[in-house]
Amino acid sequence: MINAWTEATIVAVVAGVVGFFTVLRGSAFVAHAVPNGSFAGAAGASLLGINTIVGLGVFSLLGALGIGVLGRRGRHDVVTALALVFMLGLGALFLKLSAESEPEIYSLLFGQVLGISNTEIAPTAALAVVCVAVIAVLYRPLMLSSVLAEAGEARGVSRFRMELCFLVVVALATTMTVPVVGTLLIFSLMIGVPAAARSFTDRPAPAIALSVAIALVTVWLAIALSYTTNYPVGFFVGTISAFSYALGRAWAAWRRSRTAGVPTAEPEVAGSGT
Amino acid sequence: MSQVFGAVFAPGFFASTQVQVAVVVGTMVAVVASAVGVFTVIRGQSFAGEALGDIGTTGGSGAFLVGAGPLWGFLAISIVAAAAMELIGIQRPRGRDLATGIVLGAGLGLAALLLYFDATYHNKTGATVTILFGSIFLIPSSTLPLVVLLSAIVLAIVAVLYRPLLLSSMSTELAAARGIPVRPVGALYLLALAIAVALASVTIGTILSTALLVGPAAAALRLTRRPATAMLAAALIGIGAMWLGIVLAYDSYDWPPIHDGWPVSFFVVTIIFVLYLLAGVPGLWRARQRRRADATTGGPLIAERR
Repeated sequence: MINAWTEATIVAVVAGVVGFFTVLRGSAFVAHAVPNGSFAGAAGASLLGINTIVGLGVFSLLGALGIGVLGRRGRHDVVTALALVFMLGLGALFLKLSAESEPEIYSLLFGQVLGISNTEIAPTAALAVVCVAVIAVLYRPLMLSSVLAEAGEARGVSRFRMELCFLVVVALATTMTVPVVGTLLIFSLMIGVPAAARSFTDRPAPAIALSVAIALVTVWLAIALSYTTNYPVGFFVGTISAFSYALGRAWAAWRRSRTAGVPTAEPEVAGSGT
Repeated sequence: MSQVFGAVFAPGFFASTQVQVAVVVGTMVAVVASAVGVFTVIRGQSFAGEALGDIGTTGGSGAFLVGAGPLWGFLAISIVAAAAMELIGIQRPRGRDLATGIVLGAGLGLAALLLYFDATYHNKTGATVTILFGSIFLIPSSTLPLVVLLSAIVLAIVAVLYRPLLLSSMSTELAAARGIPVRPVGALYLLALAIAVALASVTIGTILSTALLVGPAAAALRLTRRPATAMLAAALIGIGAMWLGIVLAYDSYDWPPIHDGWPVSFFVVTIIFVLYLLAGVPGLWRARQRRRADATTGGPLIAERR
Protein backbone atom coordinates (compact mmCIF):
# COMPACT_ATOMS: atom_id res chain seq x y z
CA MET A 1 0.00 0.00 0.00
CA ILE A 2 2.83 2.39 0.92
CA ASN A 3 4.57 1.32 -2.31
CA ALA A 4 1.47 2.15 -4.32
CA TRP A 5 1.30 5.62 -2.76
CA THR A 6 4.97 6.35 -3.40
CA GLU A 7 4.85 5.08 -6.94
CA ALA A 8 1.63 6.87 -7.83
CA THR A 9 3.00 10.09 -6.34
CA ILE A 10 6.07 9.93 -8.58
CA VAL A 11 3.89 9.18 -11.58
CA ALA A 12 1.58 12.09 -10.80
CA VAL A 13 4.46 14.58 -10.58
CA VAL A 14 5.88 13.51 -13.95
CA ALA A 15 2.46 13.36 -15.61
CA GLY A 16 1.67 16.83 -14.31
CA VAL A 17 4.88 18.35 -15.67
CA VAL A 18 5.11 16.49 -18.99
CA GLY A 19 1.34 16.75 -19.48
CA PHE A 20 1.49 20.53 -19.30
CA PHE A 21 3.72 20.63 -22.37
CA THR A 22 1.64 17.95 -24.06
CA VAL A 23 -1.46 20.10 -23.80
CA LEU A 24 0.45 23.26 -24.72
CA ARG A 25 1.88 21.66 -27.85
CA GLY A 26 -1.39 19.96 -28.81
CA SER A 27 0.34 16.59 -28.71
CA ALA A 28 -2.46 14.64 -27.06
CA PHE A 29 -2.47 12.07 -29.84
CA VAL A 30 1.24 11.37 -29.38
CA ALA A 31 0.73 11.07 -25.64
CA HIS A 32 -1.93 8.47 -26.38
CA ALA A 33 -0.08 6.65 -29.15
CA VAL A 34 3.31 6.19 -27.49
CA PRO A 35 2.08 4.52 -24.27
CA ASN A 36 -0.54 2.54 -26.14
CA GLY A 37 1.90 1.34 -28.78
CA SER A 38 4.56 0.49 -26.22
CA PHE A 39 2.14 -2.18 -25.08
CA ALA A 40 3.54 -4.20 -27.99
CA GLY A 41 6.96 -3.89 -26.40
CA ALA A 42 5.68 -5.42 -23.19
CA ALA A 43 4.11 -8.28 -25.15
CA GLY A 44 7.34 -8.77 -27.09
CA ALA A 45 9.38 -8.78 -23.89
CA SER A 46 7.26 -11.53 -22.42
CA LEU A 47 7.64 -13.49 -25.66
CA LEU A 48 11.44 -13.25 -25.46
CA GLY A 49 11.45 -13.68 -21.70
CA ILE A 50 13.15 -10.37 -20.91
CA ASN A 51 12.19 -7.63 -18.47
CA THR A 52 8.94 -5.85 -19.33
CA ILE A 53 10.47 -2.45 -18.63
CA VAL A 54 13.12 -3.05 -21.31
CA GLY A 55 10.47 -3.96 -23.87
CA LEU A 56 8.37 -0.95 -22.96
CA GLY A 57 11.39 1.36 -23.11
CA VAL A 58 12.61 0.13 -26.49
CA PHE A 59 9.19 0.29 -28.11
CA SER A 60 8.19 3.65 -26.69
CA LEU A 61 11.52 5.19 -27.77
CA LEU A 62 11.36 3.66 -31.25
CA GLY A 63 7.71 4.69 -31.59
CA ALA A 64 8.39 8.26 -30.45
CA LEU A 65 11.42 8.70 -32.71
CA GLY A 66 9.56 7.09 -35.63
CA ILE A 67 6.68 9.52 -35.21
CA GLY A 68 9.11 12.43 -34.98
CA VAL A 69 11.09 11.52 -38.10
CA LEU A 70 8.15 10.45 -40.29
CA GLY A 71 6.06 13.39 -39.07
CA ARG A 72 8.58 15.74 -40.65
CA ARG A 73 7.40 14.82 -44.11
CA GLY A 74 3.83 13.63 -43.63
CA ARG A 75 0.79 14.86 -41.75
CA HIS A 76 1.58 14.56 -38.10
CA ASP A 77 -1.68 12.97 -36.95
CA VAL A 78 -1.69 10.48 -39.82
CA VAL A 79 1.86 9.39 -39.04
CA THR A 80 1.00 9.06 -35.36
CA ALA A 81 -2.06 6.95 -36.12
CA LEU A 82 -0.16 4.68 -38.49
CA ALA A 83 2.78 4.24 -36.11
CA LEU A 84 0.30 3.36 -33.38
CA VAL A 85 -1.59 0.76 -35.37
CA PHE A 86 1.64 -0.72 -36.68
CA MET A 87 2.93 -1.17 -33.14
CA LEU A 88 -0.41 -2.59 -31.99
CA GLY A 89 -0.41 -4.99 -34.93
CA LEU A 90 3.00 -6.22 -33.82
CA GLY A 91 1.60 -6.46 -30.30
CA ALA A 92 -1.29 -8.61 -31.54
CA LEU A 93 1.23 -10.91 -33.20
CA PHE A 94 3.44 -11.14 -30.09
CA LEU A 95 0.42 -11.88 -27.91
CA LYS A 96 -0.72 -14.62 -30.23
CA LEU A 97 2.76 -16.17 -30.37
CA SER A 98 3.36 -16.00 -26.64
CA ALA A 99 -0.19 -16.94 -25.59
CA GLU A 100 -0.20 -14.33 -22.83
CA SER A 101 -2.93 -14.85 -20.27
CA GLU A 102 -5.87 -12.47 -20.18
CA PRO A 103 -5.37 -10.95 -16.69
CA GLU A 104 -1.81 -9.95 -17.61
CA ILE A 105 -3.01 -8.12 -20.70
CA TYR A 106 -5.64 -6.37 -18.63
CA SER A 107 -3.07 -5.24 -16.11
CA LEU A 108 -0.79 -3.95 -18.87
CA LEU A 109 -3.62 -1.99 -20.42
CA PHE A 110 -5.20 -0.69 -17.26
CA GLY A 111 -2.39 -0.87 -14.71
CA GLN A 112 -1.87 -2.61 -11.43
CA VAL A 113 -0.91 0.07 -8.97
CA LEU A 114 -1.79 -1.94 -5.88
CA GLY A 115 0.60 -4.73 -6.85
CA ILE A 116 3.79 -2.66 -6.95
CA SER A 117 6.78 -4.19 -5.20
CA ASN A 118 9.67 -2.47 -3.40
CA THR A 119 12.16 -3.18 -6.14
CA GLU A 120 10.11 -1.40 -8.78
CA ILE A 121 10.23 1.98 -7.08
CA ALA A 122 13.91 2.79 -7.62
CA PRO A 123 13.90 2.56 -11.45
CA THR A 124 10.68 4.55 -11.65
CA ALA A 125 12.11 7.26 -9.44
CA ALA A 126 15.28 7.39 -11.54
CA LEU A 127 13.34 7.75 -14.78
CA ALA A 128 11.16 10.38 -13.17
CA VAL A 129 14.17 12.44 -12.15
CA VAL A 130 15.55 12.21 -15.70
CA CYS A 131 12.22 13.34 -17.18
CA VAL A 132 11.82 16.31 -14.90
CA ALA A 133 15.50 17.25 -15.29
CA VAL A 134 15.26 17.22 -19.10
CA ILE A 135 12.16 19.41 -18.95
CA ALA A 136 13.87 21.77 -16.50
CA VAL A 137 16.97 22.12 -18.69
CA LEU A 138 14.94 22.62 -21.86
CA TYR A 139 12.29 24.73 -20.15
CA ARG A 140 12.80 28.03 -21.99
CA PRO A 141 13.51 26.79 -25.54
CA LEU A 142 10.79 24.15 -25.26
CA MET A 143 8.28 26.73 -24.09
CA LEU A 144 9.24 29.11 -26.89
CA SER A 145 9.11 26.38 -29.52
CA SER A 146 5.74 25.15 -28.23
CA VAL A 147 4.04 28.53 -28.18
CA LEU A 148 5.72 30.37 -31.06
CA ALA A 149 7.48 27.84 -33.24
CA GLU A 150 8.49 30.44 -35.87
CA ALA A 151 9.96 32.84 -33.33
CA GLY A 152 11.84 29.90 -31.88
CA GLU A 153 13.27 29.03 -35.28
CA ALA A 154 14.36 32.63 -35.72
CA ARG A 155 16.18 32.47 -32.40
CA GLY A 156 17.93 29.27 -33.40
CA VAL A 157 15.66 26.84 -31.55
CA SER A 158 15.12 24.03 -34.02
CA ARG A 159 11.49 22.98 -34.03
CA PHE A 160 12.37 19.49 -35.14
CA ARG A 161 15.00 19.01 -32.45
CA MET A 162 12.62 20.27 -29.75
CA GLU A 163 9.94 17.93 -31.03
CA LEU A 164 12.33 14.98 -30.83
CA CYS A 165 13.43 15.94 -27.30
CA PHE A 166 9.83 16.24 -26.22
CA LEU A 167 8.93 12.90 -27.78
CA VAL A 168 11.82 11.22 -25.97
CA VAL A 169 10.58 12.67 -22.68
CA VAL A 170 7.10 11.32 -23.41
CA ALA A 171 8.66 7.93 -24.16
CA LEU A 172 10.60 7.96 -20.87
CA ALA A 173 7.51 9.00 -18.93
CA THR A 174 5.62 6.21 -20.67
CA THR A 175 8.14 3.56 -19.74
CA MET A 176 7.92 4.43 -16.07
CA THR A 177 4.19 4.98 -15.82
CA VAL A 178 2.78 2.12 -17.88
CA PRO A 179 3.40 -0.61 -15.29
CA VAL A 180 1.66 1.56 -12.71
CA VAL A 181 -1.41 3.04 -14.33
CA GLY A 182 -1.45 1.04 -17.55
CA THR A 183 -0.98 2.08 -21.16
CA LEU A 184 -4.46 3.46 -21.50
CA LEU A 185 -4.75 5.59 -18.41
CA ILE A 186 -1.49 7.45 -18.14
CA PHE A 187 -3.11 9.39 -20.89
CA SER A 188 -6.01 10.77 -18.82
CA LEU A 189 -3.51 12.04 -16.24
CA MET A 190 -1.42 13.69 -18.93
CA ILE A 191 -4.31 15.45 -20.68
CA GLY A 192 -7.29 16.06 -18.43
CA VAL A 193 -5.32 17.33 -15.46
CA PRO A 194 -3.00 19.84 -17.20
CA ALA A 195 -5.91 21.07 -19.34
CA ALA A 196 -7.84 21.73 -16.13
CA ALA A 197 -4.85 23.55 -14.64
CA ARG A 198 -4.59 25.76 -17.71
CA SER A 199 -8.16 26.96 -17.34
CA PHE A 200 -7.30 28.34 -13.91
CA THR A 201 -4.20 30.26 -14.90
CA ASP A 202 -2.52 31.36 -18.12
CA ARG A 203 0.93 31.77 -16.64
CA PRO A 204 3.10 28.72 -17.30
CA ALA A 205 4.91 28.23 -13.99
CA PRO A 206 1.80 28.39 -11.77
CA ALA A 207 -0.04 26.24 -14.31
CA ILE A 208 2.63 23.54 -14.05
CA ALA A 209 2.53 23.67 -10.26
CA LEU A 210 -1.26 23.49 -10.28
CA SER A 211 -1.17 20.65 -12.78
CA VAL A 212 1.13 18.64 -10.52
CA ALA A 213 -1.09 19.41 -7.51
CA ILE A 214 -4.27 18.28 -9.27
CA ALA A 215 -2.52 15.16 -10.53
CA LEU A 216 -1.41 14.31 -6.99
CA VAL A 217 -4.91 14.77 -5.59
CA THR A 218 -6.30 12.70 -8.45
CA VAL A 219 -4.07 9.68 -7.93
CA TRP A 220 -4.31 9.80 -4.13
CA LEU A 221 -8.08 9.94 -4.27
CA ALA A 222 -8.16 7.24 -6.94
CA ILE A 223 -6.01 4.87 -4.89
CA ALA A 224 -8.02 5.47 -1.72
CA LEU A 225 -11.31 4.95 -3.55
CA SER A 226 -10.02 1.91 -5.37
CA TYR A 227 -8.81 0.45 -2.08
CA THR A 228 -12.17 0.85 -0.38
CA THR A 229 -14.44 -0.07 -3.30
CA ASN A 230 -12.18 -2.64 -5.00
CA TYR A 231 -12.98 -1.07 -8.39
CA PRO A 232 -10.05 -0.54 -10.79
CA VAL A 233 -7.79 2.46 -10.12
CA GLY A 234 -7.98 3.43 -13.79
CA PHE A 235 -11.67 4.09 -13.57
CA PHE A 236 -11.19 6.63 -10.79
CA VAL A 237 -8.16 8.26 -12.45
CA GLY A 238 -10.10 8.69 -15.70
CA THR A 239 -13.23 9.97 -14.04
CA ILE A 240 -11.53 12.39 -11.64
CA SER A 241 -9.36 13.81 -14.45
CA ALA A 242 -12.39 14.43 -16.63
CA PHE A 243 -14.22 15.92 -13.68
CA SER A 244 -11.36 18.29 -12.90
CA TYR A 245 -11.36 19.42 -16.52
CA ALA A 246 -15.11 20.09 -16.34
CA LEU A 247 -14.49 22.16 -13.18
CA GLY A 248 -11.77 24.10 -14.96
CA ARG A 249 -14.05 24.87 -17.88
CA ALA A 250 -16.83 25.95 -15.51
CA TRP A 251 -14.38 28.21 -13.65
CA ALA A 252 -13.14 29.76 -16.90
CA ALA A 253 -16.71 30.37 -18.08
CA TRP A 254 -17.68 31.93 -14.74
CA ARG A 255 -14.66 34.22 -14.76
CA ARG A 256 -15.38 35.27 -18.31
CA SER A 257 -18.98 36.10 -17.48
CA ARG A 258 -17.78 38.22 -14.53
CA THR A 259 -15.28 40.13 -16.62
CA ALA A 260 -17.71 40.43 -19.53
CA GLY A 261 -17.58 43.94 -20.95
CA VAL A 262 -13.97 44.41 -19.86
CA PRO A 263 -11.84 43.70 -22.89
CA THR A 264 -9.35 41.06 -21.88
CA ALA A 265 -6.32 40.10 -23.89
CA GLU A 266 -6.89 36.44 -23.26
CA PRO A 267 -4.82 34.42 -25.70
CA GLU A 268 -6.51 31.82 -27.88
CA VAL A 269 -5.72 28.86 -25.73
CA ALA A 270 -6.93 25.38 -26.41
CA GLY A 271 -9.67 24.48 -23.98
CA SER A 272 -10.34 27.93 -22.56
CA GLY A 273 -12.33 29.32 -25.48
CA THR A 274 -16.05 29.14 -25.95
CA MET B 1 -0.26 -22.08 -62.90
CA SER B 2 -2.39 -24.22 -60.63
CA GLN B 3 0.66 -24.95 -58.50
CA VAL B 4 1.25 -21.25 -57.95
CA PHE B 5 -2.44 -20.90 -57.20
CA GLY B 6 -2.29 -23.71 -54.68
CA ALA B 7 0.76 -22.19 -53.02
CA VAL B 8 -0.90 -18.80 -52.62
CA PHE B 9 -4.32 -19.98 -51.50
CA ALA B 10 -4.07 -22.73 -48.91
CA PRO B 11 -6.45 -25.69 -49.41
CA GLY B 12 -10.01 -24.98 -48.37
CA PHE B 13 -9.67 -21.21 -48.70
CA PHE B 14 -12.62 -20.75 -51.02
CA ALA B 15 -14.83 -23.38 -49.36
CA SER B 16 -14.63 -21.83 -45.90
CA THR B 17 -17.71 -19.84 -44.84
CA GLN B 18 -15.64 -17.88 -42.35
CA VAL B 19 -13.35 -16.72 -45.13
CA GLN B 20 -16.31 -15.76 -47.31
CA VAL B 21 -17.90 -13.69 -44.56
CA ALA B 22 -14.51 -12.16 -43.74
CA VAL B 23 -13.92 -11.15 -47.35
CA VAL B 24 -17.39 -9.63 -47.75
CA VAL B 25 -17.30 -7.70 -44.46
CA GLY B 26 -13.67 -6.70 -44.96
CA THR B 27 -14.43 -5.30 -48.40
CA MET B 28 -17.42 -3.34 -47.19
CA VAL B 29 -15.58 -1.91 -44.22
CA ALA B 30 -12.63 -0.97 -46.44
CA VAL B 31 -14.92 0.93 -48.81
CA VAL B 32 -16.76 2.77 -46.02
CA ALA B 33 -13.51 3.53 -44.20
CA SER B 34 -11.87 5.01 -47.26
CA ALA B 35 -14.86 7.22 -48.10
CA VAL B 36 -14.88 8.62 -44.56
CA GLY B 37 -11.11 8.38 -44.21
CA VAL B 38 -10.27 10.85 -46.96
CA PHE B 39 -12.18 13.53 -45.07
CA THR B 40 -10.71 12.38 -41.77
CA VAL B 41 -7.22 12.92 -43.14
CA ILE B 42 -8.04 16.25 -44.81
CA ARG B 43 -9.67 17.54 -41.63
CA GLY B 44 -6.82 16.27 -39.46
CA GLN B 45 -9.15 14.17 -37.32
CA SER B 46 -7.21 10.90 -37.29
CA PHE B 47 -7.01 11.15 -33.53
CA ALA B 48 -10.80 11.38 -33.27
CA GLY B 49 -11.14 8.33 -35.51
CA GLU B 50 -8.70 6.37 -33.39
CA ALA B 51 -10.23 7.56 -30.13
CA LEU B 52 -13.77 6.64 -31.18
CA GLY B 53 -12.58 3.11 -31.82
CA ASP B 54 -10.87 2.92 -28.43
CA ILE B 55 -13.88 4.37 -26.65
CA GLY B 56 -15.97 1.76 -28.45
CA THR B 57 -14.31 -0.72 -26.08
CA THR B 58 -16.40 0.89 -23.36
CA GLY B 59 -19.58 0.29 -25.30
CA GLY B 60 -18.54 -3.23 -26.22
CA SER B 61 -17.82 -4.16 -22.61
CA GLY B 62 -21.05 -2.49 -21.50
CA ALA B 63 -22.96 -4.54 -24.05
CA PHE B 64 -21.34 -7.74 -22.75
CA LEU B 65 -22.59 -6.73 -19.31
CA VAL B 66 -26.23 -6.27 -20.25
CA GLY B 67 -26.16 -9.08 -22.80
CA ALA B 68 -26.82 -6.94 -25.87
CA GLY B 69 -24.98 -7.41 -29.15
CA PRO B 70 -21.58 -5.68 -29.08
CA LEU B 71 -22.36 -3.67 -32.22
CA TRP B 72 -25.15 -1.83 -30.41
CA GLY B 73 -22.83 -0.99 -27.54
CA PHE B 74 -20.16 0.27 -29.93
CA LEU B 75 -22.67 2.31 -31.87
CA ALA B 76 -24.28 3.92 -28.83
CA ILE B 77 -21.02 4.87 -27.14
CA SER B 78 -19.37 6.13 -30.34
CA ILE B 79 -22.25 8.46 -31.04
CA VAL B 80 -22.30 9.73 -27.44
CA ALA B 81 -18.52 10.24 -27.55
CA ALA B 82 -18.73 12.08 -30.89
CA ALA B 83 -21.39 14.37 -29.41
CA ALA B 84 -19.18 15.04 -26.38
CA MET B 85 -16.20 15.89 -28.60
CA GLU B 86 -18.36 18.27 -30.59
CA LEU B 87 -19.56 19.96 -27.38
CA ILE B 88 -16.06 20.36 -25.95
CA GLY B 89 -14.91 21.94 -29.18
CA ILE B 90 -13.45 19.59 -31.77
CA GLN B 91 -14.45 22.03 -34.51
CA ARG B 92 -11.79 24.56 -33.46
CA PRO B 93 -8.36 23.67 -34.82
CA ARG B 94 -6.69 24.26 -31.47
CA GLY B 95 -9.35 22.46 -29.46
CA ARG B 96 -9.36 19.40 -31.71
CA ASP B 97 -6.62 17.54 -29.95
CA LEU B 98 -7.81 18.38 -26.47
CA ALA B 99 -11.51 17.63 -27.00
CA THR B 100 -10.64 14.20 -28.33
CA GLY B 101 -8.15 13.59 -25.54
CA ILE B 102 -10.50 14.49 -22.71
CA VAL B 103 -13.31 12.30 -24.05
CA LEU B 104 -10.89 9.45 -24.69
CA GLY B 105 -9.49 9.61 -21.15
CA ALA B 106 -12.93 9.55 -19.56
CA GLY B 107 -14.12 6.80 -21.89
CA LEU B 108 -11.13 4.57 -21.13
CA GLY B 109 -11.66 5.00 -17.41
CA LEU B 110 -15.21 3.78 -17.82
CA ALA B 111 -13.96 0.91 -19.98
CA ALA B 112 -11.65 -0.19 -17.16
CA LEU B 113 -14.64 -0.35 -14.81
CA LEU B 114 -16.94 -2.17 -17.22
CA LEU B 115 -14.27 -4.72 -18.15
CA TYR B 116 -13.72 -5.29 -14.46
CA PHE B 117 -17.45 -5.97 -14.02
CA ASP B 118 -17.41 -8.28 -17.04
CA ALA B 119 -14.58 -10.27 -15.51
CA THR B 120 -16.04 -10.28 -12.00
CA TYR B 121 -19.72 -10.94 -12.51
CA HIS B 122 -19.89 -12.69 -15.86
CA ASN B 123 -16.61 -14.53 -16.00
CA LYS B 124 -16.22 -13.02 -19.44
CA THR B 125 -12.46 -13.07 -19.53
CA GLY B 126 -12.17 -13.03 -23.30
CA ALA B 127 -13.79 -9.60 -23.55
CA THR B 128 -10.68 -7.40 -23.49
CA VAL B 129 -8.79 -9.10 -26.25
CA THR B 130 -11.81 -9.79 -28.44
CA ILE B 131 -12.87 -6.18 -28.31
CA LEU B 132 -9.45 -4.60 -28.77
CA PHE B 133 -8.01 -6.89 -31.37
CA GLY B 134 -11.14 -8.34 -32.93
CA SER B 135 -11.06 -11.27 -35.26
CA ILE B 136 -12.37 -11.11 -38.76
CA PHE B 137 -12.66 -14.89 -38.91
CA LEU B 138 -15.14 -14.95 -36.03
CA ILE B 139 -17.84 -12.71 -37.52
CA PRO B 140 -21.22 -14.47 -37.45
CA SER B 141 -22.89 -14.30 -40.86
CA SER B 142 -26.09 -13.12 -39.14
CA THR B 143 -24.58 -9.64 -38.63
CA LEU B 144 -24.24 -9.16 -42.39
CA PRO B 145 -27.58 -7.33 -42.96
CA LEU B 146 -26.76 -4.87 -40.17
CA VAL B 147 -23.29 -4.27 -41.58
CA VAL B 148 -24.76 -3.56 -45.01
CA LEU B 149 -27.35 -1.19 -43.54
CA LEU B 150 -24.80 0.80 -41.53
CA SER B 151 -22.42 0.97 -44.49
CA ALA B 152 -25.25 2.35 -46.63
CA ILE B 153 -26.09 4.99 -43.99
CA VAL B 154 -22.49 6.18 -43.79
CA LEU B 155 -22.02 6.28 -47.55
CA ALA B 156 -25.31 8.18 -47.90
CA ILE B 157 -24.22 10.82 -45.36
CA VAL B 158 -20.87 11.26 -47.14
CA ALA B 159 -22.56 11.48 -50.56
CA VAL B 160 -25.08 14.09 -49.39
CA LEU B 161 -22.46 16.15 -47.54
CA TYR B 162 -19.76 15.76 -50.18
CA ARG B 163 -19.49 19.29 -51.60
CA PRO B 164 -20.20 21.39 -48.47
CA LEU B 165 -18.03 19.09 -46.37
CA LEU B 166 -15.16 19.29 -48.83
CA LEU B 167 -15.30 23.07 -48.93
CA SER B 168 -15.54 23.46 -45.16
CA SER B 169 -12.69 20.98 -44.71
CA MET B 170 -10.47 22.98 -47.05
CA SER B 171 -11.33 26.42 -45.72
CA THR B 172 -13.77 27.18 -42.94
CA GLU B 173 -13.90 30.88 -43.79
CA LEU B 174 -14.64 30.32 -47.45
CA ALA B 175 -17.37 27.81 -46.63
CA ALA B 176 -18.95 30.17 -44.11
CA ALA B 177 -18.83 33.01 -46.66
CA ARG B 178 -20.70 30.81 -49.11
CA GLY B 179 -23.44 30.26 -46.55
CA ILE B 180 -22.56 26.69 -45.65
CA PRO B 181 -23.59 25.85 -42.07
CA VAL B 182 -20.05 24.78 -41.16
CA ARG B 183 -20.69 23.50 -37.66
CA PRO B 184 -23.74 21.32 -38.42
CA VAL B 185 -21.95 19.89 -41.45
CA GLY B 186 -18.94 19.08 -39.28
CA ALA B 187 -21.15 17.52 -36.62
CA LEU B 188 -22.97 15.35 -39.17
CA TYR B 189 -19.64 14.24 -40.56
CA LEU B 190 -18.51 13.34 -37.04
CA LEU B 191 -21.66 11.20 -36.75
CA ALA B 192 -20.76 9.39 -39.98
CA LEU B 193 -17.25 8.89 -38.63
CA ALA B 194 -18.64 7.48 -35.36
CA ILE B 195 -20.87 4.99 -37.18
CA ALA B 196 -18.10 3.96 -39.56
CA VAL B 197 -15.63 3.45 -36.73
CA ALA B 198 -18.14 1.47 -34.66
CA LEU B 199 -18.88 -0.73 -37.65
CA ALA B 200 -15.20 -1.27 -38.36
CA SER B 201 -14.10 -1.87 -34.77
CA VAL B 202 -16.79 -4.36 -33.96
CA THR B 203 -16.17 -6.42 -37.04
CA ILE B 204 -12.40 -6.25 -37.41
CA GLY B 205 -11.17 -4.78 -34.12
CA THR B 206 -10.05 -1.32 -33.06
CA ILE B 207 -6.54 -1.60 -34.48
CA LEU B 208 -7.66 -2.49 -37.97
CA SER B 209 -10.43 0.06 -37.87
CA THR B 210 -7.93 2.90 -37.40
CA ALA B 211 -5.52 1.41 -39.91
CA LEU B 212 -8.19 1.18 -42.62
CA LEU B 213 -9.60 4.60 -41.82
CA VAL B 214 -6.34 6.54 -41.92
CA GLY B 215 -3.79 4.48 -43.86
CA PRO B 216 -5.32 4.01 -47.33
CA ALA B 217 -6.74 7.55 -47.37
CA ALA B 218 -3.41 9.10 -46.38
CA ALA B 219 -1.54 7.01 -48.95
CA ALA B 220 -4.06 7.97 -51.65
CA LEU B 221 -3.81 11.67 -50.76
CA ARG B 222 -0.07 11.45 -51.20
CA LEU B 223 -0.61 10.18 -54.74
CA THR B 224 -3.38 12.51 -55.88
CA ARG B 225 -4.85 15.80 -54.74
CA ARG B 226 -8.32 15.22 -56.18
CA PRO B 227 -10.63 14.09 -53.37
CA ALA B 228 -12.85 11.88 -55.52
CA THR B 229 -9.87 10.14 -57.11
CA ALA B 230 -8.31 9.81 -53.67
CA MET B 231 -11.45 8.09 -52.36
CA LEU B 232 -11.35 5.60 -55.20
CA ALA B 233 -7.63 4.96 -54.78
CA ALA B 234 -8.06 4.64 -51.01
CA ALA B 235 -10.85 2.09 -51.47
CA LEU B 236 -8.66 0.06 -53.83
CA ILE B 237 -5.69 0.19 -51.46
CA GLY B 238 -7.90 -0.74 -48.50
CA ILE B 239 -9.56 -3.65 -50.29
CA GLY B 240 -6.23 -4.89 -51.63
CA ALA B 241 -4.60 -4.80 -48.18
CA MET B 242 -7.62 -6.49 -46.63
CA TRP B 243 -7.73 -9.34 -49.16
CA LEU B 244 -4.00 -9.93 -49.06
CA GLY B 245 -4.12 -9.89 -45.26
CA ILE B 246 -6.93 -12.45 -45.18
CA VAL B 247 -5.11 -14.76 -47.61
CA LEU B 248 -1.87 -14.53 -45.64
CA ALA B 249 -3.64 -15.06 -42.32
CA TYR B 250 -5.37 -18.12 -43.73
CA ASP B 251 -2.08 -19.46 -45.07
CA SER B 252 -0.34 -18.79 -41.76
CA TYR B 253 -2.24 -21.61 -40.04
CA ASP B 254 0.58 -23.83 -41.25
CA TRP B 255 3.35 -21.48 -40.17
CA PRO B 256 5.70 -21.99 -37.23
CA PRO B 257 5.98 -21.60 -34.33
CA ILE B 258 2.39 -22.09 -33.14
CA HIS B 259 0.51 -23.48 -36.16
CA ASP B 260 -2.54 -21.54 -35.00
CA GLY B 261 -2.61 -18.71 -37.51
CA TRP B 262 -1.02 -15.29 -37.18
CA PRO B 263 -3.45 -12.43 -36.55
CA VAL B 264 -5.08 -10.84 -39.61
CA SER B 265 -4.63 -7.42 -38.06
CA PHE B 266 -0.86 -7.83 -38.06
CA PHE B 267 -0.78 -8.56 -41.81
CA VAL B 268 -3.22 -5.86 -42.86
CA VAL B 269 -1.60 -3.19 -40.69
CA THR B 270 1.88 -4.02 -41.96
CA ILE B 271 0.73 -3.96 -45.60
CA ILE B 272 -1.00 -0.61 -45.11
CA PHE B 273 2.00 0.89 -43.33
CA VAL B 274 4.35 -0.20 -46.11
CA LEU B 275 1.97 1.12 -48.77
CA TYR B 276 1.81 4.49 -46.98
CA LEU B 277 5.60 4.72 -46.93
CA LEU B 278 5.81 3.71 -50.61
CA ALA B 279 3.19 6.31 -51.55
CA GLY B 280 5.56 8.95 -50.20
CA VAL B 281 8.30 8.00 -52.65
CA PRO B 282 6.94 9.84 -55.72
CA GLY B 283 6.49 13.03 -53.67
CA LEU B 284 9.99 12.71 -52.28
CA TRP B 285 11.36 12.19 -55.77
CA ARG B 286 9.43 15.20 -57.15
CA ALA B 287 10.67 17.36 -54.30
CA ARG B 288 14.23 16.33 -55.06
CA GLN B 289 13.80 17.12 -58.77
CA ARG B 290 12.42 20.52 -57.85
CA ARG B 291 15.25 21.20 -55.43
CA ARG B 292 17.73 20.33 -58.13
CA ALA B 293 15.93 22.62 -60.56
CA ASP B 294 15.81 25.36 -57.93
CA ALA B 295 19.49 24.97 -57.26
CA THR B 296 20.29 25.56 -60.93
CA THR B 297 17.82 28.39 -61.50
CA GLY B 298 18.10 29.92 -58.04
CA GLY B 299 14.32 29.75 -57.65
CA PRO B 300 12.47 29.59 -54.34
CA LEU B 301 12.55 26.50 -52.20
CA ILE B 302 9.03 25.44 -51.41
CA ALA B 303 8.63 22.94 -48.63
CA GLU B 304 5.95 20.52 -49.51
CA ARG B 305 3.95 19.09 -46.64
CA ARG B 306 1.35 16.55 -47.33
